[in-house]
Amino acid sequence: MPKTLFDKIWDRHVIADLGDDYALLHISRHLMHDGGGRGLAMIKAAGQKVRNPDLTFATFDHVISTEPGRDHNTLKPYAQRLYDMRDEAKRWGIKLFDLGQPGQGIIHVVGPEQGISLPGTLLVCGDSHTCTHGGMGAIAFGIGATEVIHVLATQSLVQRKPKRLRATFEGTRHSSVTPKDMILHLIGQIGTAGGTGYAVEYAGSAIRALEVEGRLTICNLSIELGAKVGMIAPDEKTFAYLKGRPFAPTGAMWDQAVADWRSLASDADAVFDREVAVDVGKIAPQITWGTSPEQVIPVTANVPDPKSVADPDKQKAMQMALDYMGLKAGQPIQDAKIDWVFIGSCTNSRMSDLRAAAEVAKGRKVAGHVRAWVVPGSENIKREAEAEGIDRVFKEAGFEWREPGCSMCLAVNGDTIAPGQRSVSTSNRNFVGRQGPGGRTHLASPAMAAAAAIAGHIADVRQI
Amino acid sequence: MEAFTELDAVASPVMRQNIDTDIVIPIHRLRDVAQAELGAYAFEPLRYLPDGSDNPEFPLNKPAYKGAQILVADNNFACGSSREGAVWALMGMGIRCVIAPSFGPIFHNNCFQNGVLPIQLPREDVLAIAAELEGATRPGANSEPRLAINLHDRTVTTPSGRKIEFKVDGIRRESLLKGLNEVELTLTKENEIAAHQAKARAATPWLYQTSLSS
Ligand code: SF4
Repeated sequence: MPKTLFDKIWDRHVIADLGDDYALLHISRHLMHDGGGRGLAMIKAAGQKVRNPDLTFATFDHVISTEPGRDHNTLKPYAQRLYDMRDEAKRWGIKLFDLGQPGQGIIHVVGPEQGISLPGTLLVCGDSHTCTHGGMGAIAFGIGATEVIHVLATQSLVQRKPKRLRATFEGTRHSSVTPKDMILHLIGQIGTAGGTGYAVEYAGSAIRALEVEGRLTICNLSIELGAKVGMIAPDEKTFAYLKGRPFAPTGAMWDQAVADWRSLASDADAVFDREVAVDVGKIAPQITWGTSPEQVIPVTANVPDPKSVADPDKQKAMQMALDYMGLKAGQPIQDAKIDWVFIGSCTNSRMSDLRAAAEVAKGRKVAGHVRAWVVPGSENIKREAEAEGIDRVFKEAGFEWREPGCSMCLAVNGDTIAPGQRSVSTSNRNFVGRQGPGGRTHLASPAMAAAAAIAGHIADVRQI
Repeated sequence: MEAFTELDAVASPVMRQNIDTDIVIPIHRLRDVAQAELGAYAFEPLRYLPDGSDNPEFPLNKPAYKGAQILVADNNFACGSSREGAVWALMGMGIRCVIAPSFGPIFHNNCFQNGVLPIQLPREDVLAIAAELEGATRPGANSEPRLAINLHDRTVTTPSGRKIEFKVDGIRRESLLKGLNEVELTLTKENEIAAHQAKARAATPWLYQTSLSS
């Protein structure tokens, strides 16, 4: 029977069929971070054992400072949490990438970068953007705190098999249209619940044309479609990306692995429960205007009018979003003056993202009233960017260059914008209060964010 | 985990689409407040006015919905992050059941881990239930804004006595009815896990080369 990529990987990990489409699944990779669930502390409190510490990897990203020169104690309230996690990881023999070490960074940047997230794995982490790793050809999804305990104690998880959706991107994109624009456009097209209940496979010539980093960006926003899982079949680009990474297979194992990975693609006649098509030739640089990622428009457009939609509930939701965002229906979105720019997060903090933003920033100046931050996704990216001189391009243009972490994507570490302030951010959520209570967030690509920093208002990168 | 069998309780509509987990429980509360105290901050951005007083427009602040243990919400309820604190915050304000046309997928799983029942119904049914509840709060109404949930026979009974059937996956239903702890259940399957892992190590050995070599 023809199988989808998702089915091939799922079937490999089924320990037991539990009926009703449920299975007990083996977890081949588990990632941990310092936010949320406090899994290791809970394991300790429950007197349980970590079953396979060699399959779990950890780092610090959520509650750490990103101030230049930071250490464990920069943010006093969380210092103990970091120390506790480090002690527990050491006690169990879990690999932890500590502050200042290569490998530290946003967990969803670190996994692929270190060669931990491999094609064909079933990878989980107590964080919803775990779907990012699907860009490597894995089934990867976020889990809750109790599920983290389940994984630590049993190296397995009880899950219901989702339906399968294929989003096929065809055509050639304009040079300033990025993977971020492609996925925001899709979310605008099918909505933030459009993928609920599905595992999404991104396919088509415009996906295959993307480099691995761009594929990670696409998969990162799967949860913003309502889908826990987003994935892309691995190919020669994936293998070339992985080769030589610290935790990737080596020697004869490498050849054996690649031979297997070549079989990881949906069969030509595989059937999906739902198909969606996107013509990337028609996509312009995107910007969100509201408080949900589906409230997105081309940067050339005007803010939509709630009266233009028929559904009264949608109308109400749109009006509330406009009020919160301090925008008027019908105004050109480019009129919106901004206070902040944030370039970072597991969506857009990799080398290609920083290079794209630096290209816009080069030789220009951040507008006087704007504060602009660049937060590299990992220690390695920071070092590579500094070796390339990208940090200097940013600094000369008036951007602040920070230490790697989640920072202003989630604002849990105190990196916040003030109530009523407006930011253009390369992250993935424009929810109410996401970047600080009362803060207003517009999502965009790194190049668009850099363009806004220079212009001082939302701007079309093609006109900078 | 506390078992869930039947529940006859006040139900409050919170009819907004895409209520995300950042609204259900803001991250700084999750960071600074103990799990048992999170209830006071559930829906904080909607529930309180900027000066910290109750927002009279927010349904759960209205006297008619006082003590609600059931929420009725619109599409894509609790979309967004994986924070289990979203469920803990709802439990902290007394909620044991949420009815919506669709849920954020990780929240949906997290509910079952905590003895909270998420019921998915067609949107028409959810809108009708919400309308009945609102109707029951109007002066002179001869019913109360209550719903009766029965997990044994999978029904919701509305204030007017209408019974609506819902679906729930067998394994989730059984765990809720019996209040089973999933980790303990899986720990009894150690033999199967070990057997599977031995097979996986043989078939895809490179996945297990990892930290052993580095
Ligand atoms: S960068 Fe943002 S979305 Fe990504 S893991 Fe960190 S907080 Fe979550």
